Amino acid sequence: MEEKDIAIQISGLKKRYRLGVIGGGTLQGDIQSWWARKRGKEDPNSVVGSKQHQKNATFMALDGIDLTVEKGQRLGIIGHNGAGKSTLLKLLSRVTAPTEGKICIDGRISSMLEVGTGFNGELTGRENIYLNGAILGMTKAEVDAKMDQIIAFSECGQFIDTPVKRYSSGMYVKLAFSVAAHLDSEILIMDEVLAVGDVAFQKKCLNKMSEVSQSEGRTILYVSHNMSTIRQLCEKCIVMSHGKIIYSGDVEEAINIYLQAESIESPYIEYKNFPEMNRLKNPKVKIESARFIDKDDILFDRNSDKLPIEINWENREDIQDMSLRVEILKFDRTPIAASIYPDFYSGKKGEKGSIKFMLEMPNLVTGKYTTNFTFFHKLSNGSHVNIEVVHGLYFNIVQGPEPIDWQSRYFGNILLPELEVID
Amino acid sequence: MEKKWTAVIEPSNNLMDLKLKEVWRYKDLIWLFVQRDFKTRYKQTLLGPLWFIVQPLFTTIVQTFVFGNLAGLPTDGVPQFLFYMAGNVPWLYFSTCLTSTSNTFVGNAGVFGKVYFPRLTTPIATVISSVLNFLIQFVMFLGFTIYFMLRGSAVHITWVAALTPLLILEMAMLGMGFGIIVSSLTTKYRDLQVLVGFGVSLWMYATPIIYAASSLSPKMYTAIMLNPMSPIVELMRYGWLGSGTTPWVFWGLSWIVTFIVLFLGIIMFNKVEKTFMDTV
Repeated sequence: MEEKDIAIQISGLKKRYRLGVIGGGTLQGDIQSWWARKRGKEDPNSVVGSKQHQKNATFMALDGIDLTVEKGQRLGIIGHNGAGKSTLLKLLSRVTAPTEGKICIDGRISSMLEVGTGFNGELTGRENIYLNGAILGMTKAEVDAKMDQIIAFSECGQFIDTPVKRYSSGMYVKLAFSVAAHLDSEILIMDEVLAVGDVAFQKKCLNKMSEVSQSEGRTILYVSHNMSTIRQLCEKCIVMSHGKIIYSGDVEEAINIYLQAESIESPYIEYKNFPEMNRLKNPKVKIESARFIDKDDILFDRNSDKLPIEINWENREDIQDMSLRVEILKFDRTPIAASIYPDFYSGKKGEKGSIKFMLEMPNLVTGKYTTNFTFFHKLSNGSHVNIEVVHGLYFNIVQGPEPIDWQSRYFGNILLPELEVID
Repeated sequence: MEKKWTAVIEPSNNLMDLKLKEVWRYKDLIWLFVQRDFKTRYKQTLLGPLWFIVQPLFTTIVQTFVFGNLAGLPTDGVPQFLFYMAGNVPWLYFSTCLTSTSNTFVGNAGVFGKVYFPRLTTPIATVISSVLNFLIQFVMFLGFTIYFMLRGSAVHITWVAALTPLLILEMAMLGMGFGIIVSSLTTKYRDLQVLVGFGVSLWMYATPIIYAASSLSPKMYTAIMLNPMSPIVELMRYGWLGSGTTPWVFWGLSWIVTFIVLFLGIIMFNKVEKTFMDTV
């Protein structure tokens, strides 16, 4: 690759955050702490018992990133929450500075970490276009030149001289996106901003992005949890995990790796080791572990097997008439089927409970699957309240040859029994 | 050959680099901020711009009553009402500049956290849009001056009045300088914000606003004039009312202080702007 074709070069980039409360928050607090340390006494503002710990408690949001982005490339960035994606974008858009390392940029950068930054409700749509454009780095002349295009794209022409506080939230977002989409900058950074507006407009935005990238050679960095938009927009993709880039290259491969990173290729899950698999913050019941009974792999045969599962939990509160739901999902977490076991358990706070059951599998075709375990209360009106939700065990269906080469995209994931022909 | 990068992002920059060139490139943004302030300020208010007349007018009336009538402080033979107003109007501009820019980081954290533009544009825009308020108040002051002149008071405009634009510029620079120093410190220590309101009101008493500088003892006069705001107020009054003193040497000194404060302010501001999002 020629050096002149590089849009962004990142080397050894690190960003460290301090954990816990930063400073005392007040001058008095900081002076108190400083004076206490000076006299060798315990800091009155530190958390009790964490004297030594506090000092070294830092967190590497980015831990040595090296990345080269070519001009005109559309790069997708995926990874779990907390993987460092947003921190990377923040550093690139200069909202905050790195702790170590260097980023070299060739071209103007516009970042859309949020749509409508700096919009003022009292100003009209047109005035906000000028203001937002300027905040994003355009001069007034540049905005003037693009004004008609921006208004047309936003579909807000009729209301353009009305204060934006009277806009619907959809119009607001459309207008904001239109400004950013028409920026003249060579590099565009987007953090999942397309997850707004109606479907038609989202599609329009994606098309617009692809178009400007191809026709004007603009570089795009796009962060999203929505794999389908990543597929549509990006031609290359990186996967981040714990502040590092773990994969860089083909989009499909990256998506696979991203999905796999979460999967546990094990018939036993101890949940305290995988806090990200818990979906509720303060569940009334805490699932501690789950396993396939008498199994040391996760391979199952479609024709013969049911899934033998054991779940163990601890009650955080008194529990009355708890129900269980087990969902079977595709590897990318598209739900397929669910089984429900109502009102099977009541218990006191602090007690531990467990359940062993066989989960009937629908006739799943060969592939990778996963489960969700949900405890809930049924309500009298037929609805329910979840009290604990976890990502459950993964399993692979390995046997059961399909009659033809199976295309899940068109056929789905369940092979129904052969047709029963009547006469 | 070394590649020429548009921007290089590193942990720390050269402290002495004030990055004023970049601010200049964003001059359109400054104007748009000023326009925004101006357009949104009077929306859905009853009196609109008149509010800016109310404050100095009532302050002046109260001061005339308390310090003029009750305490009987001398006012260089100028009508007390005019004397106090000539001090209040510039002081109000200076204190507005200081207090409103001192909130730059905390007040704009939402925008600053999402997109980069030279942060210095915000306090500059604030100071410029405050000039408009000042002008409204100044026109009111001129109106009263002319009224009193027509009534035959011992008031006359001198050539020093021509320096007014320079005096305004200096107040803007000084106010912004102190303001951004405070704003750089308040990202970590919020309680400094409280100190600002308190400090500014004390500072007013160290400036010849409710008393005439000429009535001070020579020692006190020197001490008071070392306050960079004092020569400004004094010259303003001399220019438009023809009373008081013309402390040229002290004015020179106050310019030096202004430049130092502003320079320090910009250095601190630039240093803080890089990482304040992590601490704010």
